[in-house]
Amino acid sequence: MTFMDPVKPTATTAGAPITEADLHAYVDRQLTPARRAEVEQFLSTRSDERQRVNDWQRQNEMLRRLLDPVLEEPLPLRLPLRPAATVAAWRGLAAGVAIAVISASSAWFVRGSIDGDTARLASMSPASTTELGGFARRAAVAHVVFSPDVRRPVEVGADQEQQLVAWLSKRLGTEVKPPNLTQIGYELIGGRLLPGGSGPVAQFMYHDATGQRLTLYVTREAPKLAGQPETAFRFGQDGPVNVFYWVDKNFGYAISGGADRQELLRVSQEVYRQLVR
Amino acid sequence: MRVQDEAEIVACIPSLRRYARGLTSQRDRADDLVQDTLERAWRKFSMWQQRGAVRAWMFGIMHNLFIDLVRSQRSTPEDSAGDDLPDAPARATQSDRLELRDLDRALQRLPIEQREVLLLVGVEELSYHDAARVLGVPIGTVMSRLSRARERLRAELEGRTVPARMQRVK
Repeated sequence: MTFMDPVKPTATTAGAPITEADLHAYVDRQLTPARRAEVEQFLSTRSDERQRVNDWQRQNEMLRRLLDPVLEEPLPLRLPLRPAATVAAWRGLAAGVAIAVISASSAWFVRGSIDGDTARLASMSPASTTELGGFARRAAVAHVVFSPDVRRPVEVGADQEQQLVAWLSKRLGTEVKPPNLTQIGYELIGGRLLPGGSGPVAQFMYHDATGQRLTLYVTREAPKLAGQPETAFRFGQDGPVNVFYWVDKNFGYAISGGADRQELLRVSQEVYRQLVR
Repeated sequence: MRVQDEAEIVACIPSLRRYARGLTSQRDRADDLVQDTLERAWRKFSMWQQRGAVRAWMFGIMHNLFIDLVRSQRSTPEDSAGDDLPDAPARATQSDRLELRDLDRALQRLPIEQREVLLLVGVEELSYHDAARVLGVPIGTVMSRLSRARERLRAELEGRTVPARMQRVK
């Protein structure tokens, strides 16, 4: 019985002989409850096998202790968080290449440069829904990735807001401060730094009293690409994510959330109000 | 590409980094591997039809890249792997540190195919079926590699010497 045949772990026939594969599957929690009970029964009579199983369980635990801290590390800024084609299109745009080569995903910037002057922020009336492109799309993706995260939605929590501000400001090369949204019902959870196309971007996360989360994405890349320092508010949507975004004083801002357009507009106006102060 | 599809790929990055760190133990090399994996994933995603199994798909890409990498570096003696002090991930408490360093060394000394299975199953919690798909081998091969990996690690951590060439002589 010491050398059991390592065959298929899924032999779930009741009463079938316990194989070595069953012992592994027991450790890896890949057995049906019924089979699991049979293995338990077997182990209760075999202290040598019980010892091996214990050792394997401990190996799994130690491997997790060794490697889990990697999950908590900030993402290296060199990792590509988007398809390369989009990056290329952005670079082309920044370099002033003919509009004909601009991909559909960059359409927003073109539109932004055309009607930016006419539909200024002062009006605060959002343009019609557009397909998400450019930094607004990056913001939406980052929102979908991190806002459901229960364990580590942010890298630095709101309880360390000063450090958060100092850290993000240093990495972005200019002062970046999360707006205070408590007046309108949102509390800061914290922030994180993410790789952008050519440098870091900041993401701040907030939640309301019901736990609903929204994120504010701040980038310095947008204006260069938009070819102008300011644009109107824009609204875009993709699946369950709604996004309000705009460019102001050489920063691109995007508010993303599952909340509806009216609610996001309300938040965007407050964020904008604080930023122009 | 939908925002949700992109998000699914981005959300895999932390566990890809964890897996890569287990494979190579050196932070820069591990992140090179993650970077290459992501670049390939972004390129191939539009051609990839099996939605819903993104994580296993990305581990499969990383496996292929890692095997290519190892093959291209065959001149490096395999047995020196793990002799250098690895960059231990931060935050292990003092009492853990030595034990975890021993574990990391033992892990790096495992044959690559055993190390992969042990990490995919024991840390990434892939089903045996998914691990077999990621590695492109039958499920029975996954089980025998897992078994050998665990016994070898057990022996190493208990301080028993395992003849390094044993498996090749057989």
